[in-house]
Amino acid sequence: MSTNTESDAGKGNRVHAGKPVMVDRYTGGARINHWITAGSLVLLALSGLSLFHPRLFFLSALFGGGQLVRAIHPWIGVVLFFSFLGLFLRFWKLNLWKREDGTWLARVRDVLTAHDERLPEIGKYNAGQKLVFWSMSVLIIVLITSGIVIWDEYFAAYTTIEQKRWAVLIHSIAAILAISVWITHVYAAIWVKGTIRGMVRGSVTGGWAWRYHRKWLRELVAKPPAEDEKRTAAE
Amino acid sequence: MFPPVPNPSTAPQSPKFGEQDLMRRSASNVTPPAQRQTEVAKLIDVSKCIGCKACQAACIEWNDTHPEIEENVGVFENPHDLTPDMFTLMRFTEWENPETNNLEWLIRKDGCMHCEDPGCLKACPAPGAIVQYSNGIVDFVHENCIGCGYCVKGCPFNIPRISQVDHTAYKCTLCSDRIAVGQGPACAKACPTQAIVYGTKEEMKKHAEGRITDLKSRGFANAGLYDPPGVGGTHVMYVLHHADKPEIYAGLPNNPTISPIVEAWKGMTKYAGLAVMGVAAVTGFLHYMVNGPNRVTEEDEEAAERLTGDRSS
Repeated sequence: MSTNTESDAGKGNRVHAGKPVMVDRYTGGARINHWITAGSLVLLALSGLSLFHPRLFFLSALFGGGQLVRAIHPWIGVVLFFSFLGLFLRFWKLNLWKREDGTWLARVRDVLTAHDERLPEIGKYNAGQKLVFWSMSVLIIVLITSGIVIWDEYFAAYTTIEQKRWAVLIHSIAAILAISVWITHVYAAIWVKGTIRGMVRGSVTGGWAWRYHRKWLRELVAKPPAEDEKRTAAE
Repeated sequence: MFPPVPNPSTAPQSPKFGEQDLMRRSASNVTPPAQRQTEVAKLIDVSKCIGCKACQAACIEWNDTHPEIEENVGVFENPHDLTPDMFTLMRFTEWENPETNNLEWLIRKDGCMHCEDPGCLKACPAPGAIVQYSNGIVDFVHENCIGCGYCVKGCPFNIPRISQVDHTAYKCTLCSDRIAVGQGPACAKACPTQAIVYGTKEEMKKHAEGRITDLKSRGFANAGLYDPPGVGGTHVMYVLHHADKPEIYAGLPNNPTISPIVEAWKGMTKYAGLAVMGVAAVTGFLHYMVNGPNRVTEEDEEAAERLTGDRSS
């Protein structure tokens, strides 16, 4: 997918004229990939939190008790790692930092007060989404690395106790940050109406694209329709 | 000579301590008993140890464990390390005393120290998997253990071992089941030279004093008691002939404490972490309450229709 030079607007994204205009934002594959990641992240957070604070140990009952949490949690982590890797390969290019992202971020006050008209035109992702993407990418690498160090079932022999102590501290801090980023991500999707449908049904309305990702919409509209069909046939 | 614990009667008797005597219980709060039981302790006098491993044999027998038969690789330790089936281990060190140029064969019986401030218990996330009785015994409760290995990270002495069979942690219990009915630990009972003795902590300290005086009179000027204050003292203590350098005894830590990394993890991180996540969630909620949802307007839809209309025309 990264070989498509014109794919700045996103693979499989197309505009359907009508009332309202509908815009394809996520392919079926991307959505499935996203929801596997989302599901495993929620399970990881619940099982991880149950071991993080005694008051949250009751959460282990959701997984069938502490022994099962201990056994299952790392495996869900492996699922999340590979699932997120899929998302990373799909989206990394669209999340590269652009000049307008700095402007967008500098006007974060307008972002939070929904003065979207005062913001620069944005491609498929805005600076906030890019920050979520990159912070999750870094945190998941930290989590899988530190997680393997404390996965005693298989890897106990490969590190010293002192290294394991550092790993468990780093793992818990990285997890707290990842959960906080996740809360921000989910909140943004709830706050900006019409967003969740993009990840559930795969499409957003033209107005949504115009309001939040106008540059992306313009690129999609400007894309020659012939090329669209050629790509569809090839895919 | 320390008077050995007399053989108890064979009549069944009720345990001398139990749930009501818990001072600490992992990942849970207990109200400590108003009256603490007399603290018990095991004293290991390394200068009297002859390395016979009777203590290991007694430990295996009493706890009914079955350590794997290993390869002989030319060292005296057998097995090569503490295992889930070997709660105590004689560790042998050949040490050349730089002052006398004498070779000293140092033998230390390794095992749980039963810390007054137990790092394993502090690290444990499973409610009631590690308990501390008011007599000082730190015990693992296997039905509550989840096998996560946090106790291994919490312990300053590298003692707990996780079984790959039942996935729970094992270590010396100080023979809590024997002590509860008035017997001494199996290792102390078996020791032929009284290098291991058992009694109240006060008795043990007093007995150690006599031993230290004796060792000093024999030229071991630095003889002393190992009862490290960094972990609040221990309920297994050593008499060392070189108490100024405990590390020569197969790496016995000099002034052990619970690792600051573990303290940070189980202290600040635990509370700050919940706070950070809570603040993130509350901030989102408040933002929604103040600002309401961010909605696409009719004009936005119309603008998009105009834009796409331009293309199709």
